[in-house]
Amino acid sequence: MEYKRNRTWSALGDEVTPEPIFRDRRRIIAAAGAAGVGLIAGAGAAHAAPTARPVPGAALKATASKYKVADPVASEEAATSYNNFYEFGTNKSDPVRYAGLMKVDPWTVTVEGECEKPGAYAVTDLVDYGKLEERIYRLRCVEAWSMVIPWVGVPMASVIDKLKPTSKAKYVAFETHLDRTSMPGVRFPVLDWPYVEGLRLDEAMNELTLMTVGLYGKALPQQNGAPLRLIVPWKYGFKSIKSVVKIRFTDTQPPTSWNLSNAREYGFYSNVNPEVDHPRWSQASERVLGGGGLSGLISRRKTDMFNGYTKQVEKLYAGMDLAKDY
Amino acid sequence: MVNRSPALDTFARHWMKPLTLVGLILPFAYVVAQFALALNGLPNALGFNPAEWTHRFLGDTALRILLLTLAITPLRDLTGWSPLLRIRRRIGLAAFAYGALHILAYLWLDLLWSLPALWEDVLKRTYITFGMAAFALMLPLAFTSTNGMIRRLGALAWRRLHWLIYPIAVLGVLHHLFMVKGNQPEPLVHGAILAALLGWRVYRWLAKPKPARKREPTGDPARSGPAGV
Repeated sequence: MEYKRNRTWSALGDEVTPEPIFRDRRRIIAAAGAAGVGLIAGAGAAHAAPTARPVPGAALKATASKYKVADPVASEEAATSYNNFYEFGTNKSDPVRYAGLMKVDPWTVTVEGECEKPGAYAVTDLVDYGKLEERIYRLRCVEAWSMVIPWVGVPMASVIDKLKPTSKAKYVAFETHLDRTSMPGVRFPVLDWPYVEGLRLDEAMNELTLMTVGLYGKALPQQNGAPLRLIVPWKYGFKSIKSVVKIRFTDTQPPTSWNLSNAREYGFYSNVNPEVDHPRWSQASERVLGGGGLSGLISRRKTDMFNGYTKQVEKLYAGMDLAKDY
Repeated sequence: MVNRSPALDTFARHWMKPLTLVGLILPFAYVVAQFALALNGLPNALGFNPAEWTHRFLGDTALRILLLTLAITPLRDLTGWSPLLRIRRRIGLAAFAYGALHILAYLWLDLLWSLPALWEDVLKRTYITFGMAAFALMLPLAFTSTNGMIRRLGALAWRRLHWLIYPIAVLGVLHHLFMVKGNQPEPLVHGAILAALLGWRVYRWLAKPKPARKREPTGDPARSGPAGV
């Protein structure tokens, strides 16, 4: 049998500089140099070298906010090991097992479309880490379970304000990172990769919509959508797109992955609504997950309209038939 | 034909059936063990959604054992080792038992014993319609699985009744396929295995020289002919 022996001088797989970076080395070094000059000169760092961002799991400083569900918070282990992130596999335990392979540093978010400030951004350009707040939201999955989770982030509105959408912008489209080498789940076309999502601009600007970089006071681990994800708490969980690499402002309704996969079951809006069933199961109640032991067997609650956020979001849907625009 | 070895004969005579039974009980023992571990606060496989885990595990087990039942005849054909047919009925019965547990878990953990809710699901949700239809068709096969029932029905009628396993398996695979979100590989793998097992029977049927006149089968039908549950 032939096998590869690792000599003391041989580089292990993850030590090898990826080819695109090797080919790009001159520009990278030059950019780093220029950034250094910029820092010395005290220039604004908007498009210069990204400032250091906490690695997944590192502690974040965040202030408490008024957004706080009163119910018990799910255990951190539950929220970080029972995940839907189909790029890493369709089992709930796949993301925690495989997502560590995803490199989140460096991370570039491409902003394009109907806005005055398109371009390539670092996470720290978009999210002001000095203004992080903690919000305890209920996450309601379309699969009829929920967990109460303390997220850390900034209002999406503050990010959008920086990007200055034009008057033509009516929607915001988002795209998840896609990397065939680190995402075992994308080998099979479970969905039409990359994962895409979208919101109406007024939904994205709503006070509840959180551009999220952490949970439980720590930077997001990969399985929860590091380094940057959306949380839209009045919608089913799949609308809260993970590991965002692209933000595009559009004048027409953007395509969304689950809607493309099965339009009858997943609408563009996908607001939590106990009165509109998923064709394959009832949405009237939900399993409450994240308690200890076997509590997930018996813990159930009635699902609230808009996941309990009616006060903040009902004005967005005035005059709409939510059974039709599900 | 395999060489007849005394050791193989002894195995077939004394060990094959009890060992099969033990193997068929193992998945159930595994579920019980996970709940016992969880109740004692020890590490277990149930995860954070024990109900979902239990449904999936019992359903997967039922479907896989059903496919195993259908694999016995092709295995006998390929190896020529006919004692295999003696374990076919108990494997089929195990598929029924895991199917029953799967539905009981659903009734208990999801519907809290509400039969009207179950009926509503059966009418409203295609994948549950398919799954319940598969289970309903298994009932007569389970009830007629004893030697006494074979005698009472007569060999030919018993065999024909047990051809129901073919639509049951198709419904079972469709139940799984229509249950999952997105385009997932696992139900397709089950479907491919089922297609191969059914394809083998079609191939064998086409290849067999047809007798001039139909003969009444003789002997114990549970030991020949199509798979029985």
